[in-house]
Amino acid sequence: MAEGGGAVSAALALAAPPLASFQGAVEFIFTPQSSSVTGGKTVGGLEQVVELTLTQLEVTFLALALALAVALPIGLYLGHRGTGELLAVGLGNAGRAIPELALIAFMAAAIGVGLLNVTIALAILGIPPILTNAFVGVRQVDRASVDAARGMGMSELEVLRKVELPLAVPTLMTGVRGATINIVATATIAPLAGVLTLGDFIINRNVYGDDGVLAGAILVALLALALELSLAGLQRALTSKGLKVSIA
Amino acid sequence: MSAAAAALPLAAAGEVGEGFFRERSADTRPCQATDALFCFGWARDNIGEYVTPAIEHVELVAISVVVGFAIAFALSLLAHRNAWLRPPLLGATGVLYTIPSIAFFFLLLPITGFGRDSAVIALSAYTLQIIYRNTMTGLANVSPSVKDAARGMGLTERQILWRVELPLATPEIVAGLRIATVSTVALATLAFFIGAGGLGEPIYEFITFKTNIIIAGGLAMAIAVAFDAILLLAQRRATPWRRAAAQ
Repeated sequence: MAEGGGAVSAALALAAPPLASFQGAVEFIFTPQSSSVTGGKTVGGLEQVVELTLTQLEVTFLALALALAVALPIGLYLGHRGTGELLAVGLGNAGRAIPELALIAFMAAAIGVGLLNVTIALAILGIPPILTNAFVGVRQVDRASVDAARGMGMSELEVLRKVELPLAVPTLMTGVRGATINIVATATIAPLAGVLTLGDFIINRNVYGDDGVLAGAILVALLALALELSLAGLQRALTSKGLKVSIA
Repeated sequence: MSAAAAALPLAAAGEVGEGFFRERSADTRPCQATDALFCFGWARDNIGEYVTPAIEHVELVAISVVVGFAIAFALSLLAHRNAWLRPPLLGATGVLYTIPSIAFFFLLLPITGFGRDSAVIALSAYTLQIIYRNTMTGLANVSPSVKDAARGMGLTERQILWRVELPLATPEIVAGLRIATVSTVALATLAFFIGAGGLGEPIYEFITFKTNIIIAGGLAMAIAVAFDAILLLAQRRATPWRRAAAQ
């Protein structure tokens, strides 16, 4: 129903917009379809799906890496020193209020489109949850453990690396997972800033049709769930055995 | 595909004449030509255009959070009584939380179609986990000795829940509600994609004009702060004993 090629069927489609079907969306993912708008050009199909998925993963991981590089040292340092709670926690609260669409649009309008600018915009979304959780995670480590570590002759850096950081892993990873969910979700609207991710299927409905939109939604949802599952696995692997015992 | 990438922002700019700023697009040109970050004159003349999207935005968030809270609160009470429900509920709300809102909107396309219904379902689904988790934490943090004392005074389990446990858990519950509300205000800027209006609409229809983005984005953040302040005040009024204890 969504493969209307001629002008007549396009007009009919406008009169009674066809609702997308899950069957049509699955077809769109695996086999290229002829677009009703671009004439002879084909859209969809595995090749394009893989290309857009890889771009979305690329920009997500770049932004996450940048956010970690900025937020982790600051959060760990402030948590270790026990200062700057207002900054660390306030930033986390303020970060949630940033409208994703306005951020992407503003970055594109103010400094231009492209992978680098989208990466920076997405990293801005990722920094607050990581910074806040790194701070809280280190801060809530039992002071007695830290004192014991100092008593054993550890340097401040060793205390942070060998005691505070391992004990902070569960809280810290909660922040990293929250940041990742927000980044990969917002990477969906990256096509507005010239980076073609899976969101292109969703945003450019006139090119891909309703089946393409639904296919994009399915793929983005699966990608986010896959990322979340792998990070949950990573968290389990990073959490020290001693902590798991005490939780169970 | 790279050609489409380059064409897209231009295409968005070209749509200006069709949409939100239909009659005003010519007025923006002098301002855009200066490449200023913010044009106060234009903002003063056009601020009225944002009233309707802002009201839509507030309505969308309020409905979504109320629906989300009602469901999450009911689920928490069920799970509070039946411990076996906790892992599946945590998992299910976690999946709903993880699915990006913009994808969720369009997953509903074949079911509820375009319009506010799809937006409300997706946005309220997103809030479930935050509210559910905080409510469960709040209930779990109520000290057993307090419950024992209530039991000793002859309260039934139901009375203990409504008169002791829930009031004591209120700060945690409201904390979850605040996080959910502020996040929903930000996410609701995407709801116009599924035809639910809101402040995303003016942003998208004039996406290359910085003044426009700052006004609409700023309004969204102001709405988030206002919701947050209202919830905080409501919590203070609902838990007077905490103020007494603090003094």
